[in-house]
Amino acid sequence: MALAHAHSPTQRRLNRQAAKPGRTIRIRIKRCDGPGKPSRWEHFDVKVERGANVISCLQQIAAHPVTADGKATTPVVWDAICLEEICGACTMLINGRVRQSCSCLIDEYAPNHGDSITLEPMSKFPVVRDLWVDRSRAFEALKRIKAWIPIDGTYHLGPGPREPARPQLTRYTLSTCMTCACCLEACPQYTIEHDESKWDASFIGAHAISQVRLFNSHQTGKQLAPDRLDILTGLGGIASCGNAQNCVKVCPKDIPLTESIGAIGRAATLHALAKWFSGPS
Amino acid sequence: MPQQRVIVVGGGLAGLAATIRIAEADMPVDLFSMVPVKRSHSVCAQGGINACNEVARQQGYSEYQHFDETIYGGDYLADQAPVLEMANWAPRIIDLLDRMGVPFNRTAEGFRDLRLFGGSLFRRTHFSGATTGQQLLYALDEQTRRHESEGKVNKYEFWEFLRPIIHDQRCVGIVAQDMRTMQIRAFRADAVVMATGGCGLIFGKSTNSVICTGGAASRCFQAGAWYANPEMIQVHPTAIPGADKCRLMSESARGEGGRIWVPRKQGDSRDFKDIPASERWYFLEEKFPKYGNLVPRDIASRELFDICVNQRMGIGGENVVYLDLTHRDPDYLTRKLGGIMEIYEKFVGDDPRFTPMKIFPAVHYSMGGLWTGYVHGAYDPPQPHGEHRAGGVVPVSTDSGQGMQPGAPENMMTNIRGLYAFGEVSFAFHGATRLGANALLSCIFDGLFSGASVVNYVRECEPGETPADSLDPATFDAAAQHEQSKHQALLDSADAGDMTDETNPYRIGHDLGVEMTEASTVVKSGPRLEQCLKKLAHLRDRYSRVRLSDAAMWTNQSLSYTRALGDMLILAEAIALGGLKRKESRGSHFRTDFPDRDDPNFLKTTIATYDPQSRSTDISYRDVDTRLVRPRPRTYGKIEAEQQHKTGQPVVAK
Ligand SMILES: Cc1cc2nc3c(=O)[nH]c(=O)nc-3n(C[C@H](O)[C@H](O)[C@H](O)COP(=O)(O)OP(=O)(O)OC[C@H]3O[C@@H](n4cnc5c(N)ncnc54)[C@H](O)[C@@H]3O)c2cc1C
Ligand code: SF4
Ligand code: SF4
Ligand code: FES
Repeated sequence: MALAHAHSPTQRRLNRQAAKPGRTIRIRIKRCDGPGKPSRWEHFDVKVERGANVISCLQQIAAHPVTADGKATTPVVWDAICLEEICGACTMLINGRVRQSCSCLIDEYAPNHGDSITLEPMSKFPVVRDLWVDRSRAFEALKRIKAWIPIDGTYHLGPGPREPARPQLTRYTLSTCMTCACCLEACPQYTIEHDESKWDASFIGAHAISQVRLFNSHQTGKQLAPDRLDILTGLGGIASCGNAQNCVKVCPKDIPLTESIGAIGRAATLHALAKWFSGPS
Repeated sequence: MPQQRVIVVGGGLAGLAATIRIAEADMPVDLFSMVPVKRSHSVCAQGGINACNEVARQQGYSEYQHFDETIYGGDYLADQAPVLEMANWAPRIIDLLDRMGVPFNRTAEGFRDLRLFGGSLFRRTHFSGATTGQQLLYALDEQTRRHESEGKVNKYEFWEFLRPIIHDQRCVGIVAQDMRTMQIRAFRADAVVMATGGCGLIFGKSTNSVICTGGAASRCFQAGAWYANPEMIQVHPTAIPGADKCRLMSESARGEGGRIWVPRKQGDSRDFKDIPASERWYFLEEKFPKYGNLVPRDIASRELFDICVNQRMGIGGENVVYLDLTHRDPDYLTRKLGGIMEIYEKFVGDDPRFTPMKIFPAVHYSMGGLWTGYVHGAYDPPQPHGEHRAGGVVPVSTDSGQGMQPGAPENMMTNIRGLYAFGEVSFAFHGATRLGANALLSCIFDGLFSGASVVNYVRECEPGETPADSLDPATFDAAAQHEQSKHQALLDSADAGDMTDETNPYRIGHDLGVEMTEASTVVKSGPRLEQCLKKLAHLRDRYSRVRLSDAAMWTNQSLSYTRALGDMLILAEAIALGGLKRKESRGSHFRTDFPDRDDPNFLKTTIATYDPQSRSTDISYRDVDTRLVRPRPRTYGKIEAEQQHKTGQPVVAK
């Protein structure tokens, strides 16, 4: 079943064109009842509807939770909200690669009768149950880097800074990051950490570095640039990035993560030098 | 001194705007959401947000005209004063979002770019790529995170609101459940803001996110809150039918020149490329020369429905029509609509820059919602104005307080004291149908404008009234206990192995969606709605015997869904009953047996109330505030509008 591994866009298109209507496929799911509980595999046979994706298959399984060998089981737990690949919730490992499941078309991954698809929870975050993981650490990172514009308040004070179209487009692209954590799952430097008190000293991740670039490139946001760079020059900061560039390959929003890492790396160096020259503050 | 605090339920645009405003006033906020707030349904909004702006102003547009358009668009069912205040505030809201760093699209000179949207002939829609909702939500999420790290906001993410706690006819807290540990707890607050969004899931597949069940609204309704205009459900004309949901194709596709057509020959099986212009039927442009493809949503939905379902003119005999952008420059499309083009390609597989999209209407937005009041502002003309024309004299200034009195505690408060409703869960602003790109505005406006009202209500708490913090714990314990028993009863029903469709919650939910979509969306009729109510009673009976397939005491999603399903069934009844009793057609509500608007009898707000004893819903009416503009026929310049209206023929066989 070479076709089932649909990693290149061309292959996916070919699969889609070759997909057989009315077929049944097998979904293999790595399940776990909760933190500290053992994992197990369950297999389900699902009849493929037109336009089916991984979520619509999980919905079918929820309504009829019976495994391929006819055993009754519980509905699989998963995280999903928008079903439009815009909220970032439904991230999981599909055939071993991290991506959103709502935009994962069955036609592209399992075009033939009897093909199978494997679903596993992300491995860099603690499992809550089945395919649902706890990604609080990715959100905590945003707090640490002060990922906001320090406005004076909500009273009417006129428009924001005028901005030409080109920098706007760059900021827009950076600002589409949905904290899905694909980039963290793929990063060799980012490892699972159950102990919350160790998050601050562990690698902060590509998504946060890219958000620093976003906020540091805004006229008002810049005001907090030194604070942000302090964090990134500290423990678990940008120096932990091994430049493996896995992150950028899996980002569903095509955010230029390595470009951000490069730009922020240079800014961080300058920042460290400036601090060194001005002495400890 | 007891600590005063506010609970905000929901972290979409409305909930976050409220949180920011309230926290800014140094009032602690506990923010509850079923999902991390950054993932709230508001991220889905694509097209944009409306506001008068300098360019449009110099062409004769004004805040007042935005107000007038919204009222006209809503077919006069919206209370007018809040809409005036909202339109006046709109430019300030855009400025604020701009200061928060929202990357609004820019012109060559670096000003905010604008696009055309349905219901207006002026460019007044601000946008950020094709993911405006996401960008706005992120800006508010970021500001909320800032307040959170300053200790003013406490987030309870993955917590589900189960009921308001009402003591002495005043809301003093909520019961909520941790969706992971399943712990149920009561929380105290001096005021509670509901900002829980819409109820699309009642209709099965809609454009909404999977959490938009309307469960939270229904729980308030069951606790005594009025639910207004339930029958007013907007169907979006252009959605991409899918296996799990209907994905929206934004109105901006039409705003950027998208043309809707079907082959003139029924069942024409040729490829679109082989069909010459003369054999394409651009039916909207033909019927509505003035607005063309940009007629408002209800009209467009009905026309599409008519073409496909009645005339069987859909492409290849199926319920789809073309939405065609292939005549536009592909680079321009990528720049202006990149995100939505991608959605289509991602989920369907064709590139809409070169192949016309296939679309069909889907349930999109609920204009109805929890009833909310307000205090009328300074502007009170001796008699309502007539139609406002571009460039005409604007009868009122744009100062804050012309429409609603700023800071008045009653603004956007439900009929239960201390319980507020903001955003899509409220019935305000949009009347019988909503103009595109006005929802994001109303959500943020609610939070910012009426957030101050919440603070004032709490601070000006009547003397002698006990702060929630000092109330007897028994009130709270009893409420939590009630939910605990309900929870236990559902768990006890768990019955792995012996699930029949009859008692399977997902099947009941599916049947509910199909029934509601068929009976209570694009076209309705008395007999069909009566049949629908019978079906709902039957579904409720099935639900009374519902069986879970998961007895887990940990992260039990089926339980959460099944509990919400019970609440959806109750809200569905209000929607169908409201539709049955409204014997006229207005905005999104189209009755084949009463095809005309009937102002003498139905220029009224439907008020649904729930009686927990008999478990039944009652409908009554309240007058609409029409002090500012006089109702006029809403035709959008349709040719032969009259003729069509008079036939009174059922449009749909069923
Ligand atoms: C596909 C799509 C495109 C759209 N495009 C546009 C557009 O271009 N312009 C426009 O103006 N409008 C648009 N709309 C409409 C607009 O997006 C919504 O009306 C608006 O975002 C609703 O915001 P909200 O804050 O009221 O609720 P939501 O964003 O729906 O947020 C609801 C919040 O409540 C929480 N919640 C719900 N129930 C519970 C519970 N029981 N317990 C705890 N928390 C709960 C959720 O977790 C969530 O945080 C669009 C809508 C859709 C579906
Ligand atoms: S470039 Fe850095 S952040 Fe990206 S995957 Fe490699 S180590 Fe991780
Ligand atoms: S940078 Fe890309 S992969 Fe990483 S969290 Fe953001 S959207 Fe996801
Ligand atoms: S459910 Fe939102 S990204 Fe998939």
